[in-house]
Order: sequence, then structure tokens, then C-alpha cells
Amino acid sequence: MAKPGLDGHDRGAKVIARALRDAGMEVIYTGLRQTPEMIVNAALQEDVQVIGLSILSGAHNAIVPRVLELLRAKEMTDVMLIVGGIVPDEDAAALKSQGVAAVFQPGASLEAIIAFIKGAVPVG
Amino acid sequence: MKTVDRQFTTISGVPIEPVYGPGDFANPSPGEFPYTRGIHRDMYRGKLWTMRQFSGFATPEETNLRYHYLLAQGQTGLSVAFDLPTLMGYDADHALSEGEVGKCGAPISSLEDMEILFRGIPVGDVSVSMTINSPANVLWAMYLAVAEQQGVPWAQLNGTLQNDILKEYIAQKEYIYPPRASMRLVTDTIEFGALHTPKFNPVSVSGYHIREAGSTAVQELAFTLRDGIEYVDWALQRGLDIDEFAPRLSFFFNAHNDFFEEIAKYRAARKIWALVCRDRYGARSERSLKLRFHAQTAGCSLTWQQPYNNVVRTALQAMAAVLGGAQSLHTNSLDEAYALPSEHAVTIALRTQQVLAFESGIAGAPDPLGGSYFLEQLTLDTEAAANRYIRQIDDMGGMIAAIEAGFPQTEIASASYRYQREIESGERTIVGVNRFQSDDQPIELLQIDEASERRQTAKLAALRARRDNGNVQKTLDALRRAAEGAENTMPPLLDAVRAYATLGEICDALRGVFGTYQETPHI
Repeated sequence: MAKPGLDGHDRGAKVIARALRDAGMEVIYTGLRQTPEMIVNAALQEDVQVIGLSILSGAHNAIVPRVLELLRAKEMTDVMLIVGGIVPDEDAAALKSQGVAAVFQPGASLEAIIAFIKGAVPVG
Repeated sequence: MKTVDRQFTTISGVPIEPVYGPGDFANPSPGEFPYTRGIHRDMYRGKLWTMRQFSGFATPEETNLRYHYLLAQGQTGLSVAFDLPTLMGYDADHALSEGEVGKCGAPISSLEDMEILFRGIPVGDVSVSMTINSPANVLWAMYLAVAEQQGVPWAQLNGTLQNDILKEYIAQKEYIYPPRASMRLVTDTIEFGALHTPKFNPVSVSGYHIREAGSTAVQELAFTLRDGIEYVDWALQRGLDIDEFAPRLSFFFNAHNDFFEEIAKYRAARKIWALVCRDRYGARSERSLKLRFHAQTAGCSLTWQQPYNNVVRTALQAMAAVLGGAQSLHTNSLDEAYALPSEHAVTIALRTQQVLAFESGIAGAPDPLGGSYFLEQLTLDTEAAANRYIRQIDDMGGMIAAIEAGFPQTEIASASYRYQREIESGERTIVGVNRFQSDDQPIELLQIDEASERRQTAKLAALRARRDNGNVQKTLDALRRAAEGAENTMPPLLDAVRAYATLGEICDALRGVFGTYQETPHI
């Protein structure tokens, strides 16, 4: 679970990280103000299956493609990328067409997020 | 649908009894110590609260137009929203600013941008609030320099600088330097303000962001007032007399959904602060004892689903703030969950305040809900609960110690997780989200022109080319020396700003002296 860019609003990221842990997943929370490079490197080091990006600042169109680019460059395309935050419908559709597995907008339930990850990622 | 037989609680978990009756509630009148019922005898009969819509986006030019629009529509004070790069002390052309310029507020990288922001706005005639924290001293210096240019004496300036760094470590997370260095900078502004800007509030001790991060009302109140106590302690250590600066400490609270809990919170806030200033600090001036606050309706309560419901939420929240005696109010726009306010949405938000002020009648009697059995009991309970937290933080060694131990952060994280669980289980209803869903029509949103970033970057390049760079360096060196020593940093800061040193250059000079802060995340 990562907070990319300058956005410091971490309520959602922290609640979801905790919910995912309670649901039995191993979660690493990167903390704030991570660059795409820092996030992808951490994901590589920790050998994660999923990267969750929390972005409420409107900077998603600059940040997310950069993360996708880095994942491709490091041959980490088996790592699933999901995004949560303030992302308008048109941008969400565009991000999904670029390779983001899911975009969770305000009001998304913890249950839905957990179910999506469990459904998409093999256990073990 | 039959109501379930269950315990009712406020949004913060305070139990609500089946009925309230006459108790032994004896409160002094509005305007009388400890001001539970309001800080003025006549409250809004004398002067309405200031209608002050927090605003900023894209470029200083476009933000300036929005300010002119809002003033023309009847708002009575200005409130500046800065973009994330500015909030974090980076220029618009910094590598970390890419994609972020103008998205959450106005980009202000230099005095030139501040001049544009206030073009055609006489700063001597309208009060200005600036929501800026870790680089607040720099933006304040820019504003003071604009006042100089306009020929307005600093002693005439009305306004507020948020400049509440403690809540950044606790909740909003827009910190640059470590806590003690930041407190020194805040104390510099309090000291400078006491000498030069007697009508300006150098700090707005804030609970809004603590609440937005998911705290309860009691936590919001307790952590805010305890932050206030920490600022007072530092100013007293600096050698100021309590009555020299306490009259200009202002506060900023959230106006959340639970109507009576919010009003009780404001009343308890005034009472606790008056008692703290008189008994803990021996303040003698009445003005030191009167807690003045701005309120903003709760952004975190507004929904993506069925956004027009947000107009209703905002109206009820605004009403609570008015019934609670706020001196200044911002009402959120219906598109809060989507984007910065469109012109259409912010107009409805402003009209909400105007309807309250001029049509609802609630401004006619100070503290009109005083005497309500429920409200009076809730006020006492809120006061007691907040005081327990304040004592607990005192016992930890103060707020900085509490922050270093992760205490307020953990309390907030637990409260926000509990709240989300209540929504997930259906125990707590959010209309349109987990109950009463229906299809939405898309709403028209404010678009931030991607060219804004390019325009700001070009402006900066031109600025750096035409200014006297030798002079800029000199001023930055002087600032660095002041920061390394014990002198007040505001005068050398003002020199740097007048020389058109940029925000990023100034903050980098201070980063060099103080270092930067990394938090230990508490989930």
C-alpha cells in the first residue's frame, strides 16, 4: 500500500491496509510521499503480488503511468496494480486500459476491495 | 421499517439517553466567563460570522478571478488554498511538483505569484485567511510584502495564518522540518505578530484536519486545545507575556454530521480554553480568555454517490456551526468528493450561509439552544472527556512527546477504522452509499488546465532570469544565519521574499539548517 506523490491524506490507505491485514493478507505500508521509483523498488524487494496506490490529489494521470512504465521496465508485469482515491470515471477507464487492474473510487467498500484482491491473486 | 431496539450514540460513540430532563445546568450568559454560551453578549446581532470560502486552483491568475467572483457574490472574507507543491515548500518547477501544480489549490512560488493572487484586492479592506503550515512563515512574508506594495500598514491587516504545525504531525502530514525546529519557526511568527500585526492571527489551532483523518469529536477537541497549550508554552518560554499573544490565537474546528455533538463541542471548547488561560496561565485580559474559531463543514462526510445530498449535509453542518457560535465559516461544495469546487457548486455553498444568515432567523438569539437538556448534558460530558485526554497528554510530557510516542495518531487511526467498520456492517447508515442507493446523473466538474503547470514553470524561469541573483543569495545567507542562531527569522525572511527568492529556495535554505522529518507510520 503506497502513497505516491505529495498527497499526505492517509486515512483511506491506513484503513484499507488494516482491513487487508485483518483479512489475512501480508501488507507493507510504504508511508507518505513515495516516488514511483521508490514504490516499485519496495515492491520488488518485498516480492509483493499487489501494489495499491492511494491518490487523492488529482495527480494520478502523471503518477500511475510512471508506475506502470517502471513495472514493465523491471519485468514485474505479474504484479497487480490497483488504484484508490479521487479518480473521475473517464480517468479510471483510461488507467484500466493502460493496465491498472481496478480503480476504487470514494465509497468503495472494504469488502469489495478484499474480494477483488482475493479473486485476482493466487493464495500462497 | 421498524426501528431496532438498540443503544443510540453520537457519531463519536457517546451514548444518547432515551430522554433528558431538567438537570442542574447553570451557565453564565453569552459574553460572560467562561463563555460557554458565546464570546459576545450579542453574538450575531452585533456582527454576523464571516462567510469565507476556502478557494484556490490552477494558477494565481485564475484564483484571483474566483476571489473577485466570490466577493461579488457576497462572501465577506478571503481564504487561500495553496497547491500541494506550495504546501510542501516546493516550487512549481521542482521534480516532485510534476503533475501536482494547481491541482489542490493555487501555486505560489514567489512574491510575484502572491501579487497576482491579490490583484485588485485591497488587503487592508478584507480579511485574508491562508491555509498553509510548514512554509507558513514564507507565505506570510509574501502577503506582508504585498501589503507594503499596496501601501497598507501591517498594523491594519486583518486575517489568519493557519501555521499549526502540530496537527501536521498528528493528522494532515504536510510537515517539512522536525517538530522542535518547526515550533521555533511558529514561535517566531507569534512574536513577530505580537509586535507588528495586532489584528492578525498568526496561528489557527486546528481540529478540522484531525477530524477529517477520522478522529471522534472529543479527540478533535482535546488534541486541538492541547496543541494550543503547547504553542502557549513555547511563546511563554520565548519571554512573551500571555496577554501579549493569547488574544490572537485563533482556532479552527470541523462541523460534522452529528448536530448536537458539534454544538456541544464548540461550547465545551470555549469553556475549557477560558479556564485554561485563566487558571493554568494566569491571563488577565478578557481577550486572552475568549476562544474565537473558524469552522468548516466536514469534507469527509460528503459522498461521491448522489452528490446533491451533499447540499443538505452541508446545510445542516453549517447550521450547527452557527448555533455553536462560530466567528467564520466555510461551507463545502456538493462536488467535494470529485474535484475542487466548480463555480456553480461554490455559489450554492455560499448561498447556504446566506440563507442561514438572512432567512432562517437563527442568528437572532445568542446560543439559542442553551438550556436544552440534551445539549447542556452533552456539553458537560464533552468537556469532561476532553479534559481527560488533555491530562493524559500532560502526563506524557506534552504534545510533542505524545506525537513522538504516536499517541494521537494511533487514537485517530483506531477511531477511523472503527467508523469504517460500522459503515461496512450497516450499523451506521450513509445515505446513498450503504442504503438508499439510486442512479446518479453526472455533474459538471471543474477542470484544471494541464497548461497551468507549464505557465507557472515558464514564469519562474523568467523570474530567475530577471531578478538580482546576487542579492537573492545574500538574503538566503542571512536567513540561514538567523535560522542557525536564535534571532527571529521573520525579518530576514521578509528580505528574501522582497528580493524574489522563491519558496523552494527559501525552504531549501531552512531544510539545510533544520533537516527534514520522516514519520513512523501508525496504521
